[in-house]
Amino acid sequence: MSTAQEVAAARLAAQRRAEAARARSPWQLAWRQLLRYRLAVAGGIALVVLYAAMVLAEALAPYGLDQSDRNLFYAPPTGIHWIDARGRFHLRPFVYPYRVVDPSIPQYAPDTSRTYDVKFIVRGAPYRWLGVVPADVHLLGVDAPARLFLLGTDQFGRDLFSRLLYGSRVSLLLGVLVVVLSFPVGMVMGGVAGYYGGLVDNVLMRAVEVLASFPQFYLILALTSVLPPTLTSPERIVLLSAVFSLTGWGGLARVIRGIVLGLRELEFVLAARAAGLKDFRVIVRHVLPSTASYIIVAATLTIPGVILGESGLSYLGIGVQEPSTSWGLQLAQAQSIEVFTQFPWLLMPGLAIVIAILAFNFLGDGIRDALDPRQRST
Amino acid sequence: MIRYILRRLLLLGPLLFGITLVSWAAIQLVPGSGNYFQSLVLQYPQISPQTIAALKAQFGMDQPPWVQYFRWLWSILHLDFGLSFAYNVPVTWLIGTRALNTLLLSLTSLVVAWSVALPLGIYSAVHQYSAVDGILNTAAFVAISIPSFFSALLLLYAAYWSHLLPLQGLTSVDFDTYPWWAKVFDIAKHLVLPTIALGLFSVGGLMRYMRNNLLEVLRSDYVKTARAKGLAERRVIYRHAVRNAINPLVTFFGFELGGLLSGAAFVENIMGYPGLGRLILEALLKKDVFVVMASLLLGSVMLILGNLAADIMLAAVDPRIRYD
Repeated sequence: MSTAQEVAAARLAAQRRAEAARARSPWQLAWRQLLRYRLAVAGGIALVVLYAAMVLAEALAPYGLDQSDRNLFYAPPTGIHWIDARGRFHLRPFVYPYRVVDPSIPQYAPDTSRTYDVKFIVRGAPYRWLGVVPADVHLLGVDAPARLFLLGTDQFGRDLFSRLLYGSRVSLLLGVLVVVLSFPVGMVMGGVAGYYGGLVDNVLMRAVEVLASFPQFYLILALTSVLPPTLTSPERIVLLSAVFSLTGWGGLARVIRGIVLGLRELEFVLAARAAGLKDFRVIVRHVLPSTASYIIVAATLTIPGVILGESGLSYLGIGVQEPSTSWGLQLAQAQSIEVFTQFPWLLMPGLAIVIAILAFNFLGDGIRDALDPRQRST
Repeated sequence: MIRYILRRLLLLGPLLFGITLVSWAAIQLVPGSGNYFQSLVLQYPQISPQTIAALKAQFGMDQPPWVQYFRWLWSILHLDFGLSFAYNVPVTWLIGTRALNTLLLSLTSLVVAWSVALPLGIYSAVHQYSAVDGILNTAAFVAISIPSFFSALLLLYAAYWSHLLPLQGLTSVDFDTYPWWAKVFDIAKHLVLPTIALGLFSVGGLMRYMRNNLLEVLRSDYVKTARAKGLAERRVIYRHAVRNAINPLVTFFGFELGGLLSGAAFVENIMGYPGLGRLILEALLKKDVFVVMASLLLGSVMLILGNLAADIMLAAVDPRIRYD
């Protein structure tokens, strides 16, 4: 090949590459950028695992939500062994059953006279998966009288690990519910305020200011106490999310208003109006979609805030109530110093809360950077 | 500047009006609050019928809601917040010291958080992408992600086994017998754990904010100029960059205060600290309505004044900001 041809071929290839790069949508570019943030990817993977475990809770949990061994209260986590008392190695991990040494303290010791293999995918207590599908398969299990308490038990002898899995349903979904409830309100309020300006804007923003003048948690506390005590616990959870939404839409509305204020004079909005669309349709279909990148970031960072708020409320005893459970409610068992210093595994739900919030924060921060063209390296 | 402050103070009026309205409405939503005083008589037999009748008359409990609201507003304008049923004393007696205690805790946490976070933020901005920067950044995220009630629990756990610090309250049992210097020392000792529990949360956010601000400033032209004219790197950073990067943090102060007050509510409840957040929870559980309304109000007044102070400070330290 001659040099001229080589140059031409190289130029063509470069052109194609440039076209390919240009053809990528902003979302694809953001996605590629996001994959470069290791912490954000780790956070995302952690969330996928957490939410998958939440869906499969019944099958992953060795025991049911309310299954309790009253005589094994405050039992420490079950030790999983490979080498038995006589020094023999077992290929399959095993556990020893608990022996009650002193029921009043309480104190337990492993009964090393017999080993019980940890079995994978066993038939155990029957359950209805997601409340619908009947099944009895559990991922892990041991034969009675041995127990598999991976994180120990609480004051009623209920398995903490199983309850963590069930509790994640409330803890992880409440935030999503709050986003679903409060974001449309905040977006429309902010959109309307920014689009119309003038009196509407003034009234709405003063209302937001009043809401923002309360320490949010004080307001949530007061509103939660208003909930009637006769509610069933699912009703209470829905109303809790309403309380969080009621106190939380303001911040979003204010930012959306600011963005819309800048957008409303742009040509595409003018074009939509010139085409004769109704104002509401212009706001919802043409203006608000341009705030999408901010909405995504705000949603990822709102959910951990709700997880934090819910767990705090439940910890103080005024959030989620038995027989429902959440991580905060489980942590509430660690209320007295005497108890959780003796049985530190009761603090594990707190660790679950931290991990979930951390994962959301990592992911949210990564998404924010990925969606910001100024941060993008080429 | 004075005109700006005056204008801001004038605007506070309508805002405070809205706040009283929300504080009042939040409580009136309680189902059955209409016959609330009847249930009170049953719950708190120590309150005399005369007191109940006087309260009924003062707050117009047999009148329509809006009359009740204005009666209450009229009372609080005279700094009469009503009566605490649980303690049978005027609300003002209870709430003053509690609010001061919460303020004390928030301020110590702020001071600790700022004095830890600023140096760390500066260091990690100056050493961007270094290993320490990475570690600090991750640690900041972890700090942000630990709820204050959980950090309080972990601290209690550590303190319980180390026997170094008092675990609960703000003062020792025999506090009243101490000379003044021992009183100060006693309070300081009791403040250590709540301060760390509450401050930890702020450190993470503040550090990241400082780091980002400083990075932005370090990219600016005047920093290039300072370097180009041959100034020592230390001088460039501390004289030219850091000073300008700190300014926006003043606004962060107002934003942070809300979080601190909310976080303090948890820490107070876990560490038995006699503050506003603990008072409001106790009052809610005991259905002590006047205390709840007053705490809500006072909490938001503290927040508003904090924000105002932040704005004024910003106007004072940053000559680029003009408010006229």
